[in-house]
This record gives sequence, structure tokens and C-alpha cells, in this order.
Amino acid sequence: MFAATRAAVALQGVKSLSAKTAVRTMASQAASTMPGAFNSKKNANGNYTVTLIPGDGIGPEISESVVKIYKAAGVPIEWEPVSVTPVLKNGKVAIPDEALHSVKKNTVALKGPLATPIGKGHVSLNLTLRRTFNLYANVRPCKSVVGYKTLYDNVDTVLIRENTEGEYSGIEHEVVDGVVQSIKLITKDASNRCARYAFNYAKETGRNRVTAVHKANIMKLSDGLFLASCQEVAREFPEVKFDDLMLDRACLQIVQDPSVFADTVMVMPNLYGDILSDMSAGLIGGLGLTPSGNIGRDASIFEAVHGTAPDIAGQDKANPTALLFSSVLMLRHMGLNQYADQIERATLKVIADGKVLTGDLGGRSTNTEFTNAIISEL
Amino acid sequence: MLHSIPLSEPLAATFSKVGLRATSTSTIVPQPQDQIHSSKLGGRYTVTLIPGDGVGQEIAAAVKTIFKAANVPVDWEQFDVSGYTSAGDNTFQQSVESLRRNKVGLKGILYTPVSSLDHSSFNVTIRKDLDMYASLVLCKNIPGYPTRHEGVDFVIIRENTEGEYSGLEHESYPGVVESLKVVTRIKSERIARFAFDFALRNNRKKVTCIHKANIMKLADGLFLDTCREVSKEYASSGIKFDDMIVDNASMQLVSKPQQFDVMVMPNLYGNIVSNIGAGLVGGPGIVPGSNIGREYAMFEPGCRHVGKDIQGRNTANPSAMIFSSVMMLRHLGLDDHANKIANAVFKTILTGAIKTPDMGGSSTTTDFTSAVVSNL
Repeated sequence: MFAATRAAVALQGVKSLSAKTAVRTMASQAASTMPGAFNSKKNANGNYTVTLIPGDGIGPEISESVVKIYKAAGVPIEWEPVSVTPVLKNGKVAIPDEALHSVKKNTVALKGPLATPIGKGHVSLNLTLRRTFNLYANVRPCKSVVGYKTLYDNVDTVLIRENTEGEYSGIEHEVVDGVVQSIKLITKDASNRCARYAFNYAKETGRNRVTAVHKANIMKLSDGLFLASCQEVAREFPEVKFDDLMLDRACLQIVQDPSVFADTVMVMPNLYGDILSDMSAGLIGGLGLTPSGNIGRDASIFEAVHGTAPDIAGQDKANPTALLFSSVLMLRHMGLNQYADQIERATLKVIADGKVLTGDLGGRSTNTEFTNAIISEL
Repeated sequence: MLHSIPLSEPLAATFSKVGLRATSTSTIVPQPQDQIHSSKLGGRYTVTLIPGDGVGQEIAAAVKTIFKAANVPVDWEQFDVSGYTSAGDNTFQQSVESLRRNKVGLKGILYTPVSSLDHSSFNVTIRKDLDMYASLVLCKNIPGYPTRHEGVDFVIIRENTEGEYSGLEHESYPGVVESLKVVTRIKSERIARFAFDFALRNNRKKVTCIHKANIMKLADGLFLDTCREVSKEYASSGIKFDDMIVDNASMQLVSKPQQFDVMVMPNLYGNIVSNIGAGLVGGPGIVPGSNIGREYAMFEPGCRHVGKDIQGRNTANPSAMIFSSVMMLRHLGLDDHANKIANAVFKTILTGAIKTPDMGGSSTTTDFTSAVVSNL
């Protein structure tokens, strides 16, 4: 049965596939028939190779913290650090080949915050990465962190956002002077793909419910197509419940009582996903605590979505939590659930204890102290 | 206290000022109309009433009861339009004609079916046909009804007729759908001016433009640039202007909403932000709203929810509808009546004895209405 499943995946044309079977749990085996699933094999040392993009500003420091914690936990991962600082290639600014090559080979990457280059002519790095690896779904789980008090205590939402089209297609033009048209593109394929990932995610994490958020009463054709695609995919997953929610209602409920969404996975088109996922991050305390994963057909990139914080860069003051949680998301994607649980538990315990906290969490410890505290909790 | 929106003479004067200023830009500004008055006969105003679907009938009944008890000189021309009807129903057309006649209306929310085979949104059609281009929603904490956030006091001014709600969609190829978001300089300019004039007349300090111009560079870029240009004309009056990207704004709204004053934005973001705003201060039962154009004004609950799940149970909170009707009274120039009714509602909520379920109590709509009447 294993050989047959592997053959099916090979037929889908995922590039990094090899004929050798990798050691995997049953859960990730089920996921491997889905585009974007983790399919790499272990290298000669018995470890998975993962591309590491430290990023700018506080990026290198927090990446180092993650590496240290992983080493202490004995996670079977070897890091391949690369830089994505644009270089001049054929007169055009582009991401260095070495970085692209590495991500393509390893199919998984962990990325720190990137500084936005000022000035025109610079291709948006995130956009390029997204296009190159067909990153079609963005996953944003937001869970209230015990030990960091906000006005909301019971947040446990998961948002999956379609990442390639919708309102962010970038297709705009000025029809006549003073009249601009921006096209929102919705296709069945992209919607199906994203919905399928959402249902798989719901099944694997045990939430067993998917909620599509839309505004199909006003945008009948576009959001209507998205909703219909979700309903179609729902039929392939009879064990997962499916319902839909109007965007207005979703916004209202998240602000009034986010616990309503604790047992479901929300899936939605690009713009709504962008706004609602940032809003959910705001509920738990901001982007400094929020993980994010970009699932793609050819590779998946897990990243910290906060800024580069140049004002505290190099001072050992940075908080590596966001990048750590993103790496936990990555471990689950790779099927290394045991290590994921271990690291997540240790991090949450340190924050809950409240004795060793970095500045942004209200404490006065350094990054190193925080990292060591987590290591001692492993 | 709810801010008054003097809209008859001052607005006409504003537009004549705008006409003069606008000759320096190449935008064509529509000619100012005469004073915006609804039909007034013998000292009484005739107002169109569209209760709407869901809890509409119940909250409209509450308003009618209170107006009667307070002897408000308003006669209702009621039309029971419903979004559940099939095409070909005449009631909707009649209600729009009535609005054209009376120029002022009070409305609940009409249901819009999801299927593309059914009619498009009646709510949107009314706003577009009568060119009620500004949607004004007031989000403010009410004393006596504490929520997670305190000190919230901001106004959402939302462009009501274009943007993502243009309704222009087509399937270019099976499985590929395009939906057009249209942004024009003319409409962006008039909504920006509305926002700044509102800020000026109501002693507001700051106008924030909410946009996503880093991604939608042309569309939201045009909106943002237009707002910026208009802001320069008001700089001398001391009104500050800044802008914020919509996802950051959502994050700020749920953590620090007190920083916002007047917010101006295109259509879809207005939908999202007004729902967040309503959630912050206590739900759709509290927040009043209005749709304002040059010739017509229509008042409705600010957070546009039909409320089908609580329909017919007499549990709806009529405050939003009552506050919207108070805004209408101010628009008509009936400030005394407006103050009386508004104070009665505030007193009812402050004493805390009568609370509808959304406020955490168990009173009915009719209980609440009676309490307001007794506090008049």
C-alpha cells in the first residue's frame, strides 16, 4: 500500500520526489497525497535538510535561538542557511539562485523577517517567493498565550487564506483619467486547492470542522465561486463538518467572542484572510507571538511575520517566540509531531512562568536567557 | 451624547464653498442643491419607513411607539419590503419612489440572497440609485454597558456607492471569475470632503484613511492620494490627517481602539471595520448609522445585520434603530425631540434594570421600549 501511494504522489509531478521511501508516521502518509505535502527524504546522516533564511535586523539572532533549541531537543534537522538579499542578475534585481535552489531541493524553509527595500525597481521578495514556489495557502493559527495578558483570554483560531489570487492579483489599470479598475480574480482551481488543504488540516489536527468566510451575497459570482468550490471539496471529506459564514458576522463574532471558532478551521479568499488573520494576531498580542506558514505546491515556507526591529537588532533583546512557533508549525507539517509538541510546550511554559521574559513580553531578560530557559524546560 | 450632524443649510453652504475651491482641480463638482428638507406639511414631516427583514419589524415598532409617546411630528409612510421575495415584486420600487418624494427615510436591513440567480442587494441598490454616497457609523461606548474596551469613540465614514460593491462580475472562462473594483477620483474626493467637513463641524481632531495601497497601488492608491490632497485644504483648521493599512488597522482596533477618531475608507473595508467597531462597543444592537447623499438621507442601524436567528422572539435590542432615528430627527432639525429620546435611551441603559439578551440581560424588546417611554 505504501508503494502505491508513493507512485500516486510521483505521478502528481512533485519535483523533489525520489524513489526511496522515507520513514514517516501514518498521519503524514495521508497528507502526502496532497499537493504541497512534505515529501523530502532524510539525508545521509538521517536528518532532514531545511533551508534557513535568517533575514534582516533581529532575524539572525532569533534564527540562532531556534537552531540552539533544536539542537538541544535533538530534532533530526540540518539547517542550510541562505540569504535572499536581492542581487543583480542580467541587469534585473532578483533573488540569488543559490537560495531558490536550496528551497526547491529541501521543499521546506524557515524564514526570518525581511527588510523591505525602499525605492522602486525592487521586486517584492515575499511576492517573488510566493510566485516561484506556488505558495497557495497561508496558515495562521492564533492561540492565546498564557502569561501574556490581552483583553481576550480564550482565542484559539486557525485561519487559512488563499494566497495567490483574489483581490491581490495586482491586475489594475486606469480606464480613463480618474477612474481606476482593480480586478479581483477567483478561480475554481485555486479555491479548490486551498479548500482541500483546509480540510486536510482540519482532519489532521482533529478540529473536524471547516468554516468558509465570504461575502457571496454581494459578490455573487466571485465569492460565490469560492464558496461553491469549498462545498465541492467538502463532499470529499464526509467526516469533516462544513459550514459558511458571512464576512460581517465573522468580524463581529471574532471581536465579541472568539471562542466560537475554537473548533473550526476558517478558510477564505486573500483579502479577508489578510485582514482577519492580522486581527486574530491582534487579539493574542500582536505579530511578535504569531506563527505563519505558507504552503506551496513545490515548497513550503514558514515565517515570522513581524518586522525586523532594527532599533534592537544586535542587542540580544529580540523575542524569538514567533519564529519558534512558526518552526513548530513546520515540524508538524513534516510529521515530526513529537518534537513539535515538546518545543511548543517548553516555550509556553517559560512564558507562563513569567520569570524570564524578553522586553516585548514585559520582562527584562535577554534573548539568550529566554532561549536557555526554554532549553532547560525541554 | 451622540454628535449632531447639521445637514441642511450648512451642508449646502459647504458645497458652494467646495464649488469655488474645486475649480483649481480639474474635478467636476456637482452643483449644490437647495436646502435638504423632507416634505413638510403643516409642521409635520413625512418619512419613509422600511422595517426590513429579520428583527426589522420589531425594532421599527419600537421606534414608532417611542415617537408616538414623545409626540414627534413625523408621519410614517411604511413599506414592508422583504429581501426574501422573488423578482417582480413591486413593493421595493414603491419604497424607492417614496424615498425620492420624502427625501428622508428610516430603514431596517433587507436580506440579500447568496445565489446569483436571485436579485442583487436591495440595500446596495437603494444607496446607489439615490446616490447616498456616505455611510456614517458612530462607534461609542455607552455608559452602563461596559465591554472589554473602554473609551472607544470613533466614526466610520465609508464610501457607499463604488469600490468592491460595483457588482460588475463575469466569468471569463469556466472556473475563472473576475470581479471589478472601481475607484474614481470624483467619488473619492467627495467622500474625503465629507469626512473632513464632518470632522470640522463636530470638533473632531483627526481623520485617518484606511486603505491597502501597498498592494492595490492604483485603486487604493488613488483613494489615498485624493484624501491626502483634500487634507491639505483643511490643514489650517487643525485637522490632522494620517493613514493606516487596513490589516494593521484591524490589529490596532482590537488592541487599542481609543487611538481612532474619524476614519474614512472605501466600501469593503468600511464593512469590515464597522463590524469590528460594533463588536468593540457591544454589538449590532447598539450602533447607529446613516446613509447620506446630496439629496437624500436614509438612517439605518450601523452594523448591517438582518438578525434572522432572533426574528420574532422579541429579544432584539432596538437601541441601534432608536439612535438612528435620533440622528434622523437631528437631520430634520427636530433637535429637542432628538435630545429627549436619546437621553431617555441613555438613562434606560445606564440604570441597567432593563437589558436585552445581547447586553447580558433577559428583557424583551417591548420591555426596553416601555422603559424608554417611561424615561421620556
